[in-house]
Amino acid sequence: MSALLDVVSGACLVAGGFFCVAGAIGPLRMAGFYTRAHAASVTETLGAGLLLAGLMLQAGLTLVTAKLLVVGLLIFFTSPTATHALARAAFARGVRPLLGSRKG
Amino acid sequence: MFAAATLALIVTIALALTRASLGPTVFDRALAGNMTGTSAMLLLAVMGFLTGRPEFLDLAIVYGLLNVIGTIAVLKFFQYRDLGAGGEPRREAGS
Repeated sequence: MSALLDVVSGACLVAGGFFCVAGAIGPLRMAGFYTRAHAASVTETLGAGLLLAGLMLQAGLTLVTAKLLVVGLLIFFTSPTATHALARAAFARGVRPLLGSRKG
Repeated sequence: MFAAATLALIVTIALALTRASLGPTVFDRALAGNMTGTSAMLLLAVMGFLTGRPEFLDLAIVYGLLNVIGTIAVLKFFQYRDLGAGGEPRREAGS
């Protein structure tokens, strides 16, 4: 049982790390502000969720798991709020999305 | 496994800081700063497990709270040029 938990939590941690790096490559490669904001959200949803799930499996039913849950809830509520405020502020200051190709 | 996750998060922070230094607009920089903060929060949590000291989670919680308030404050400043500005003016339909 313990070995199984170790394997599952290790898989969660590695997958979370992969999605974090993938979510960081997005903002570097994408063109335009709004696509970058979209790509960056991978880090904050799938990456953070998988990493925290892996840590929770390691911690078991303790106070540490409750704290991990609080960290997860904090990211879950604040990161969409911050991204929304970011997009709204950018639009209000005149940053416009890049739309399609010119010939279409 | 903790070491792999730590390494991945450090790479994430490095890439986000690259975008923050490249970013053409200030909003790209704010986005990268927010990403750095989230990754640092996760890094604190994973580092606590890596070194066997889960007390680092308290630091992660405080860091997350400061991160979101800092991002909102920076955005408010760059949107209104004033931290004490009131709410958004009501938008009329068609304007």
